[in-house]
Amino acid sequence: MATLCKKYKAPLLLGAGILFLGIGAFRGEIVVVLQKAVIICLECVGIG
Amino acid sequence: MRTGVQAAFTALSNGYLTGFLQGKIYTGPTKAVCLPGLNCYSCPGALGSCPIGSLQAVLSSRQFSVSFYVLGFLMAVGALWGRFVCGWLCPFGLVQDLIYKIPFPKKVKKIPADRYLKGFKYVMLAVFVILLPLFAVDITGMGDPWFCKYVCPSGTLMAGLPLLAANVALRSAAGWLFAWKSVILAAILFLSLLICRPFCRYLCPLGALYGFMNKASFYRLVLEEDLCIHCGKCEEACDLGIPVLTNQNSMECIRCGDCKNACPTGALHSTLDRLSAHKTGTGIPGRPSSSK
Repeated sequence: MATLCKKYKAPLLLGAGILFLGIGAFRGEIVVVLQKAVIICLECVGIG
Repeated sequence: MRTGVQAAFTALSNGYLTGFLQGKIYTGPTKAVCLPGLNCYSCPGALGSCPIGSLQAVLSSRQFSVSFYVLGFLMAVGALWGRFVCGWLCPFGLVQDLIYKIPFPKKVKKIPADRYLKGFKYVMLAVFVILLPLFAVDITGMGDPWFCKYVCPSGTLMAGLPLLAANVALRSAAGWLFAWKSVILAAILFLSLLICRPFCRYLCPLGALYGFMNKASFYRLVLEEDLCIHCGKCEEACDLGIPVLTNQNSMECIRCGDCKNACPTGALHSTLDRLSAHKTGTGIPGRPSSSK
């Protein structure tokens, strides 16, 4: 099992990433990201 | 070639030119998608989101304490490329690379305490990107994006300066925080004259995250021991001071490719070189054709 994980770590990581992306999208995290990204982030700019 | 790719990707992902002229940001639906590099979503031209900013936004929100969406994105990109993103697709990496190209009397590969300073980026990731946005919340349950607010020089350069230049209302609101972030930016830009990629080495939480996946990603460097003559040219060529001969897939490696370009025998190549050589039936670039 450990050898298999080592051999296929890139595909496993990619698969887990895609799965997480799907879960995040399903939970509605995209809305939070979009809401933050479409207004000027005063913290990023340095205004606070 | 690398500078061309970096410039083209930066221009493409920050292609909303109206934003620069009007002091506004793009508000279209592509902003829901993260960009692979440290690309501030308040940059007037940005067509996508910064993954580090997005991670903090989700963690500091009332609804979520884990961001599957952003972590999933980072895992997928990291699984494909690792820190190749830092070397080829990050706009702030491009800025540091361009400054490092400016001739300066004393360029150094490592500064004193380099080994310990490298650990700072993991502190940034753990404390400023994850723990503080998650736990330092106000009465409504909302936190701050601590890394963006107090550290990120990319935000100051890509968002702060152009927005303040074009937007009078924002300019009048700038105070001590903007001054603090400008000092950090100036320090990073000055250090970039002396050493290669100071921000990526010591402070970048995104590089820290991708670095964890450098050894596991599809894109890796491979050293063929039977072809290596141990001339050390790869290590000489590496501006980040990575011991290429012993650790080709170091967490610090940004995959710039200088080491494999310097290899006289083609012993050092990437998994991508190997794949394309296999597909086209040609040899790996730089390797003598009689070697195999």
